[in-house]
Amino acid sequence: MTKRLKDLGKNKTGIVTAINCSGASKRRLIDMGITPGVEVKVVRVAPLGDPIQISLRGYELSLRRSDAKDILVEI
Amino acid sequence: MPFKFALVGNPNCGKTTLFNELTGSKQYVGNWPGVTVDKKIGYTREGGHEVADLPGIYSLSPYSMEEIITRDYIIQSKPDVILNIVDGTNIERNLYLTLQVMELGRPVVLVVNMLDEIEARGDKFDWERMGAILGAQVLPVSARKGTNLKKLIPVLERAAKEKRKPNLPVYDHATQNALHEILVLLSGRFSQEESIHFYAAKLIEGDSHVLKKLSLNDAERKELTAIIARYEATAKLGDRETMMADARYKYISTVIAKTVERNPARKRSVSEYIDMVVTNRVLAIPIFLLIIFCMFALTFGTVGATIQGWLEYLFNDLIGVWVHDALVSANAPQWTFSLLIDAIIGGVGGVLVFLPQITLLFLCLSFLEDSGYMARAAFIMDTFMRKIGLSGKSFIPMLMGFGCTTPAVMAARTLENERDRRLTILLTPFMSCGARLPIYAVFAGAFFGKMAGIVIFSMYVLGLVIAIVCGFVLKKTLFRDNNAGFIMELPPYRLPSMQTILIHTWEKCKGFLIKAGTIIFSMTVVIWFLQHFSLTMQYVTDSGQSIIGSLGRLLAPVFAPLGFGQWEASVSLLTGLVAKEAVVSTMGILYGVGDAAGSLSAILPQVFTPASALSFMIFCLLYTPCISAITSIRREMNSGKWTMASIGLQLGIAYTVSLTVYQIARLFL
Repeated sequence: MTKRLKDLGKNKTGIVTAINCSGASKRRLIDMGITPGVEVKVVRVAPLGDPIQISLRGYELSLRRSDAKDILVEI
Repeated sequence: MPFKFALVGNPNCGKTTLFNELTGSKQYVGNWPGVTVDKKIGYTREGGHEVADLPGIYSLSPYSMEEIITRDYIIQSKPDVILNIVDGTNIERNLYLTLQVMELGRPVVLVVNMLDEIEARGDKFDWERMGAILGAQVLPVSARKGTNLKKLIPVLERAAKEKRKPNLPVYDHATQNALHEILVLLSGRFSQEESIHFYAAKLIEGDSHVLKKLSLNDAERKELTAIIARYEATAKLGDRETMMADARYKYISTVIAKTVERNPARKRSVSEYIDMVVTNRVLAIPIFLLIIFCMFALTFGTVGATIQGWLEYLFNDLIGVWVHDALVSANAPQWTFSLLIDAIIGGVGGVLVFLPQITLLFLCLSFLEDSGYMARAAFIMDTFMRKIGLSGKSFIPMLMGFGCTTPAVMAARTLENERDRRLTILLTPFMSCGARLPIYAVFAGAFFGKMAGIVIFSMYVLGLVIAIVCGFVLKKTLFRDNNAGFIMELPPYRLPSMQTILIHTWEKCKGFLIKAGTIIFSMTVVIWFLQHFSLTMQYVTDSGQSIIGSLGRLLAPVFAPLGFGQWEASVSLLTGLVAKEAVVSTMGILYGVGDAAGSLSAILPQVFTPASALSFMIFCLLYTPCISAITSIRREMNSGKWTMASIGLQLGIAYTVSLTVYQIARLFL
């Protein structure tokens, strides 16, 4: 099933299938290792509900829900 | 012969620690031309080689200033060796930058940091094999513990002499094919170009800077488009950028598979435990506020104030008295007393007494930054700060503004994004700084009796409200473009190296000292001159007859609609530009009651009404901060235009708000 990363839910894991944004924000996402095929896990949600913390390629990354909405994951 | 090395690496990989270990205190810190990105050059203790500490970056994309600076520096300055430092505990993502660096065609030495943590985890690396695959010497170190650092300089020197180019990464067939076709296309015109492989890879990614730089002709562009079209057609969901990144990460996986054996029985790291508490849904905000409170208490509370007291004693009671006695025995003319003691020692000393607080503040900030907590603070506060167009990291500078605007503006350096940094610097002066408190205290005490506390508190709230409104308006207008997002690494918590913290703090203090010695010194002398000489160049003791007094009279009608059209008020505001503390003392002198705040409170009701007092307090809250703050703003904005915009914004808002409040308040008060 395909979901947006922002809807993945805490402690859930998914495989990235697509990054549907463009320009600098897309570049930054893929430079940080979010490429199709990579496994990501939502580790935590910030106390005010945004941003979220994900774990991938052995490190921790935080991104806003508005960035995470463009990332599709397969679970 | 000394060589030239360039230090490249991700943020949070120990790059600054390594730089400090290599160069010690022999560093020069400036700005890269045109941008507020730190440029650090140092010289190694052994051999005296030049080391350029390039900004911490994740990639060599054309979208961030830091990344553009790094690649341009390497391509133009041709360092003898690129010293690429990577975090061994996070090698996969770190090597992503390494691959791009290798394509630049300069000799590379790969320093794998955090050897102590790698060993603690039980991971095994085959360093020799990794070096053989990459075509670069690989040296594992622990920059913090000093392990293997002695070997680094000889390794670098050897690499500089050997001039061996690193191996090129081997990508999947489709990518190799496209790269090969682009190389063929470029080789006719750029065969001597050593960074040709970098350019080819960047052309696949669609890098507009490289495309422009190579100035391809129409036929070449058409051919390039065709190559890319064929490349993209090989993958189902691919576009060129994602495909290239994917190719790089796939190659990294093969390198790691051959050289790294991870300990399968991984324990939960200390960082994960700390984060369970520190970024916990319920505890995060209280803990954050507690940390901020402690930092504040240390800086502006007893410790800071005590050291500040010693400095005040040093300037006023020791140096001041000594100079006074020296002048008396030298039979010096009266004006020299005023210039040397009141203006220079008083003025420059009055700014230098902030040094202890700035030192303490930056010790705290460096600790929070280097320990990894600052990223969590940004993570926690982001939603809140985003409402006014800022990001989570802006919270700390803004909060510092309640203490002193100068270090607060300097603290904005911790924001990587230039847009966020500018907006933070614009809004920080609205946080009511400590030096404005005496103004509120005197006026509120004189006019509002029992309500004084509430009136003073409401000044602070008003400053916040104005900052929020301004942030909101600026976000919708001038600062609309915010495509940078908020994609931030949360590095593992680490105990910062003392040396790094001290060097960083010293840099900040040095900047402040230089500023105090130059700009503030000369401004103090200029203002003294304006205060003590009349328009006919006569020395006067009554500043009412001085140039500034005349200016005050000229300016006074401007403030009449705000309720304080007296020239004394205008002159006080003018001297408030030197330091906000000067507003009350100048007023005391002008109304002939001396420095004592009590006697000023007694005389104020004869010249101000409650409404005009309120209006005056608000103007003091919102108008341009002191010279020290303006010079910091100038330095951090790195632009005269933005500095003027900042001053204009503050004056405009101060005038408008005071006018509105006065006109409404006088109907009721």
